[in-house]
Amino acid sequence: MIEIEHLRFAWPRAAHDCLAIDRLDVAGGNALFLYGPSGGGKSTLLGLMAGVLLPSAGRVRLLGQDLSKLSGARRDAFRADHLGYIFQQFNLLPYLSVLDNVLLPCRFSRVRRERAASRSGTAEADARSLLSRIGLAEPLWRRAAAELSVGQQQRVAAARALIGVPEIVIADEPTSALDAPLRDGFMDVLLSECRAAGTTLVFVSHDERLASRFDAQVSLASINTAAPKESGA
Amino acid sequence: MRPLLGLALRSAWNRRGTLSLVVASIALATLLLLSFERMRADVRASFSQAVSGTDLIVGARTGPVQLMLYAVFRVGGATNNIRMSSVQALAEHRAVAWVVPVSLGDSHRGFPVLGTVPAYFQHFLYADREPLVVVQGQVFRGDLDGLYEAVVGAEVAQRLGYRVGDRITLSHGSGGTPGMEHGDKPFSVVGILARTGTPVDRTVHVSLQALQAIHLDWVGGAPVRGLVIPAEQARKFDLNPKEVTAALVGLKSRAAVFALQRYVAAFADEPLLAVLPGVALDELWDVVGVGERALLGMSVMVAVVSLTGLIAVVLAGLNERRRELAVLRAVGAGPRHVLLLLASEGALVTLLGAALGSLLTLGFVAAAGSWMQTRFGITLQLSAPTPAQWAVLGSVIAAGLIASLVPAWRAYRLSLADGLSPRL
Repeated sequence: MIEIEHLRFAWPRAAHDCLAIDRLDVAGGNALFLYGPSGGGKSTLLGLMAGVLLPSAGRVRLLGQDLSKLSGARRDAFRADHLGYIFQQFNLLPYLSVLDNVLLPCRFSRVRRERAASRSGTAEADARSLLSRIGLAEPLWRRAAAELSVGQQQRVAAARALIGVPEIVIADEPTSALDAPLRDGFMDVLLSECRAAGTTLVFVSHDERLASRFDAQVSLASINTAAPKESGA
Repeated sequence: MRPLLGLALRSAWNRRGTLSLVVASIALATLLLLSFERMRADVRASFSQAVSGTDLIVGARTGPVQLMLYAVFRVGGATNNIRMSSVQALAEHRAVAWVVPVSLGDSHRGFPVLGTVPAYFQHFLYADREPLVVVQGQVFRGDLDGLYEAVVGAEVAQRLGYRVGDRITLSHGSGGTPGMEHGDKPFSVVGILARTGTPVDRTVHVSLQALQAIHLDWVGGAPVRGLVIPAEQARKFDLNPKEVTAALVGLKSRAAVFALQRYVAAFADEPLLAVLPGVALDELWDVVGVGERALLGMSVMVAVVSLTGLIAVVLAGLNERRRELAVLRAVGAGPRHVLLLLASEGALVTLLGAALGSLLTLGFVAAAGSWMQTRFGITLQLSAPTPAQWAVLGSVIAAGLIASLVPAWRAYRLSLADGLSPRL
């Protein structure tokens, strides 16, 4: 599902490579736990996987498609169609309602919109059923996203990443702003939804207590052969 | 691209506080530019409507613009009068169809008084060769029986509430100086003219003989102490004027206009000047044009300032929106979507501002129109925009669209550099 080969990446004007990964494969439907200290290039790797950044050398293939071979616009469309993304925080557009935030990928991708519609009749019906499965009470759906608590916002972000059944979901430290009970609840929801839909999950965290819940665990430090640097993204 | 417009609208609505200030400033700039253009066009229109059918205006030698200003627009004063004998000589010229002498200098409650002959009402035309129409009463008779008769313009009648039969007194000069009233010889209003939208509306018309009569016991602009000639006694004097301020001249054929102009310029008895109203107006526009361009320049600067405000506000908000842009990127928006989002926000703000400014202009014209009419005799047209106004509106919108590309381009660069992780 995700294949990385001989990847090298350096930020513009940086003296050293930030990432050098010889090989990283994630099989379809698997949940991968990627851990490592802050500043270890985790976000950069996720940017490469999402096709927002391009490697200086090597290949990133998603669903067999080499992202470097796509034009910028096609990469954006590819991401919209096949990828869900959860940020550490500030996931939601404050001026949209909870429901509209969940439906956001369907605005940009016809594939996601049709898949969501084929599951529940309409994309909006699918968003409603996702929101109720992740445990967000119906009165909140029409609220502005900014009125929600951090825990609720992360759940909405998960629903947005999952709508329209993308093949891959990438989560960048989504639990770091949550306390233990909220974190466990979030993990339960995310993992069960991914398993139910057969979605491949790449989950990045520095919190190794979560590792045991995943099919595979990889330490970024162990696969990244780039020279260590003082600071990074 | 369609999904973006809805987002742009809601994102803008979310920041409506700051953005509405930008809308307001663009609206004010639009108001300024549009109403400036409307006033410029309408001032020109009402000036060029003020006289038609008159081929030449003859007066003492001075500047053509000055002669035009006092003879037609009652603005300023004549430096010298012309002799009645010169007017008569002109009337006898074979190319001349008619001559109407006019005398200015007195006033009635701020409105200028024009001394003339009854033929004035027959020959004076305005706008598209429209004659003056008496809506109430009749014109003054111009003989001794009708000596103290006055015909008032529509604005005079309306503002002062005059009807036929009302008694009025004239003031010497522009009025306002105590003791300078012609109170001993009151006039009666015998006619009221229909509205013309020209200086005629603001004029009190009397006969030349009447002006002569009220000045019988005056010398050098002041009443002669001890000399009182009652109104009735005045009729016994020779009331034919020796001098008038200017004369309106109509020709049998327009082709003779330059020949007659040369004849007047070379007139042997006294220095005279003849101007073609159209040519004098063109000269007036040349003079006024400098001021117009300065005003236009200022208005354009105001527009530039408000568009700079647009750029500044949207740019300043951009840093706080880098999260928003990253979220959009994550769900599949490309950098070009980000560019479009910001550009359409700028376009939206500009269009709203321009629309609001147009509405304000309509309101301004409606509100200030009657004031401009009474104060300056200038009619502001509450009508469809002139081509120049469309051009102004188009320029404001085009400049706004170009201005909004500045923050849009910056957002484009940012979203390329930031990717999914804004480095704040």
